[in-house]
Amino acid sequence: MSKVEFNKETGPREVFCGLTSIVWLHRRMPDAFFLVVGSRTCAHLIQSAAGVMIFAEPRFGTAILEEKDLAGLADAHEELDRVVNDLIARRPEIKTLFLVGSCPSEVIKLDLATVAEKLNKRFSGQVRFVNYSGSGIETTFTQGEDGALKALIPLMESSDEEKLLLVGTLANNVEDRFKKIFRNLGISNIESFPPRQSTELPKIGKNTKVLLTQPYLSDTVRDLKHRGCEIISAPFPLGIEGSTKWFLAAAKAFKISELKVHEIISPLINRAKLALESHKEILKGKRLFLLPESQLEISLARFLHNECEMDLIEVGTPYLNKDLMKEEINLLPDNTKIVEGQHVEKQLDRVRESNPDLVVCGMGLANPLEAEGISTKWSIEMVFSPIHGIDQAADLAGLFSKPLKRNQILTSKTLVTH
Amino acid sequence: MELTLWTYEGPPHVGAMRIASSMKDIHYVLHAPQGDTYADLLFTMIERRGQRPPVTYTTFQARDLGGDTAELVKKNIKEAVERFKPKTLLVGESCTAELIQDQPGALAKGMGFDMPIVNLELPAYSKKENWGASETFYQLTRTLLKEKVSYSEKISPLRWKEFGRRPKVNILGPSLLGFRCRDDVIEIQRILSEQGIDTNVVAPLGASPDDIERLIDAEINICLYPEIAEASCEWLKRNFGMEYTNTIPIGIKNTIEFINEVHKKLDLPLTNKKELENKSKLPWYSKSVDSNYLTGKRVFIFGDGTHAIAAAKIAKEELGFEVVGLGTYSREMARQVRATAKDLNVEALITNNYLEVEDAMKRAAPELVLGTQMERHSAKRLGIPCSVISTPMHVQDVPARYSPQMGWEGANVIFDDWVHPLMMGLEEHLIDMFKHDFEFVDGHQSHLGHTATNTKDILNSDEKKEKNSKEGIIWTESGRAELTKVPFFVRGKVKTNTEKYAILRGIPEISDETLYDAKAYFS
Repeated sequence: MSKVEFNKETGPREVFCGLTSIVWLHRRMPDAFFLVVGSRTCAHLIQSAAGVMIFAEPRFGTAILEEKDLAGLADAHEELDRVVNDLIARRPEIKTLFLVGSCPSEVIKLDLATVAEKLNKRFSGQVRFVNYSGSGIETTFTQGEDGALKALIPLMESSDEEKLLLVGTLANNVEDRFKKIFRNLGISNIESFPPRQSTELPKIGKNTKVLLTQPYLSDTVRDLKHRGCEIISAPFPLGIEGSTKWFLAAAKAFKISELKVHEIISPLINRAKLALESHKEILKGKRLFLLPESQLEISLARFLHNECEMDLIEVGTPYLNKDLMKEEINLLPDNTKIVEGQHVEKQLDRVRESNPDLVVCGMGLANPLEAEGISTKWSIEMVFSPIHGIDQAADLAGLFSKPLKRNQILTSKTLVTH
Repeated sequence: MELTLWTYEGPPHVGAMRIASSMKDIHYVLHAPQGDTYADLLFTMIERRGQRPPVTYTTFQARDLGGDTAELVKKNIKEAVERFKPKTLLVGESCTAELIQDQPGALAKGMGFDMPIVNLELPAYSKKENWGASETFYQLTRTLLKEKVSYSEKISPLRWKEFGRRPKVNILGPSLLGFRCRDDVIEIQRILSEQGIDTNVVAPLGASPDDIERLIDAEINICLYPEIAEASCEWLKRNFGMEYTNTIPIGIKNTIEFINEVHKKLDLPLTNKKELENKSKLPWYSKSVDSNYLTGKRVFIFGDGTHAIAAAKIAKEELGFEVVGLGTYSREMARQVRATAKDLNVEALITNNYLEVEDAMKRAAPELVLGTQMERHSAKRLGIPCSVISTPMHVQDVPARYSPQMGWEGANVIFDDWVHPLMMGLEEHLIDMFKHDFEFVDGHQSHLGHTATNTKDILNSDEKKEKNSKEGIIWTESGRAELTKVPFFVRGKVKTNTEKYAILRGIPEISDETLYDAKAYFS
């Protein structure tokens, strides 16, 4: 392991909670509905993060707890029952209903597992119910997906068939590209989790080789291991380097020669390097500060340093699973400063002191930093854009070069911002 | 428990944030988990604010719940006070913290600070954003002024005469994330100044705690947005005798009435009454022949209480529209909205469910919708033009240009914003004349138009519906051809009416003649 500096920080945070991941999960599984059991704050959070108004009727909603629900839990269970009945009557096309726990439902100890069990019996054969927590007292942003996937694992049947299982939500076009490349490598049995239809869950077992596409799936990985799956250790498929090593690790697990991998991905690498050039020109030597939010920060830092030649000031992450991130950490330059957790005020002090060229941060902080003359990139865009794979490396770099390029065009630093 | 797919208002602590972020030298310590920090983006993204909201979130986690969350609250309060040095501290909790009952306000008061501390108790499971904003502004005003109640004399609205100066008023209610507040304040200050009236304090927008303490230097209060300021105005009236205005200056008639009300309260003679009618272009534009086509246009209105009521009055009395639907999501304003609706002979819709609003809109078959951003989307789906008149805020509702809703310029903005989405009068006439020419593209609208609904789509969807029609009514070739000649924006209504007529008369097939029979019957 390279000599990376690990730090932990606690204090006030500025991050999304796990409920936010519903925004991309519901798009991935168009036959599923996500019902948050929570407060008006939960409903407001999701609609603010997702720009909900574009939907005639979104496939997610909130059962908002009211005063009378807090008086007695039995009543809350009955009320939830009523809401679910209404919802299913209104949306008969729904095949899987996720009951999503929130901060208030966790604090009052609303037992969504029991509710789900009862509903499963009643709606058997029509709708499946699963529950997980997206609460902000337990999860940060992308950890919501970890919870949702973990909740689906008990529903997955067992099979000893050999297969490659890609785990983590990918953009559909990226997923198709990956599958094509794996088929060219000679791996024919490839499935994805989460699947595109919630009812088409892959079967898993001791010959399932799991290749993670996202770094934030600690709990899911643990449960897949319990089911006998083999976890392929690899960096994540961001950038050329990460993607190459990711393909190589998968090939190794399927006993496919390195030569074969290089033969197939070399043309991709060559063209990606070409595409990356113009972005590298802008990013080279620029100093980068990553605030914690998506858990993609370490992989992004590795890509932006190793392939775009940016200098890393600080790499924040909301949570660090050293085991899962081992391969990534090994690729980081010596003396990289990783900070797990957050004290947002102290971290912003360090941002200002270090005078970075670019800060990766949440939407609440971006404009205030821009107003201070610091260029920013919102981290939420990383989870909404197709950024994985060799073919997307230049697009990924483009997310970071664009604000710098724009800053070069608009040089004024004395804007009045209110 | 209430199933909510989308909500017009956020939780009450977001209302408190609106007050804190609108003001200077204030800090708000909010006992809340990390996810609640999303609310910052409402200010930094929607309002494009270059500063973070002055809010410290305690961001307690599950593991803290077993330990001492009260200590965590105190640590955050201490750090926030040291770092931000506010002149007044707001302390409160969001929905989750309300359940664990740490009473952060009481904790803060026990910490020995010498600044005023406002303990906000905003019930998250029964109240909403506007209530939270109103309550916060009221508690803040009360905290900063309560000591002066005992030795202050009742404030006479006429005392400016004794003092030998121009009368002074406060403008209360404008806040961040309020609809066009930034520009309304400028417009109203300009109008008052022209009438010889000075502004003492504008609050909460741009005010500091010191300004709140100066509120009683004015003679009367202008209650610009009752949703936010009425509770405070009422308290100032009860305790200091300060009168406040009831008229909301949106539209020409209301602006004139507002100026009258202010003059009357201050006993200031109104010398330029005649001039006032010509301060805005709206009256003349509305009178000019091109606007003839606006007569009787069916309009559906939904928004916050203040803007919905004002819109109904303007629509009916100043533009000559017919109001076919009126509603609000502001339960606090339900009574007033119902009264306005009754005068207009429509039933008021009081709901927080946008799907109910969309259904009501569909039934009312309007030619123009005045609503929130959500109604803009619903109207788009139904192919009806829409103009946005109310919060919840969207980045588009914070335009770069000056565009108030209130006063003279506000009336100009309203004329343009409401009329442009409709087809321009002359244009409509020409389209009517030339619609059978081959160059004419069906569904053509003005340059500022919305998504067109073309005849093919309507007919295709009609065909589908006909096949499933319970009544088994059939549109003949001639009936269908005639229907395509009806202007697209009333086609839906004509179709429904004709079918209704056919059912009434037991006519199984609708021909072109049936269409005309129905037209005569319903006219």
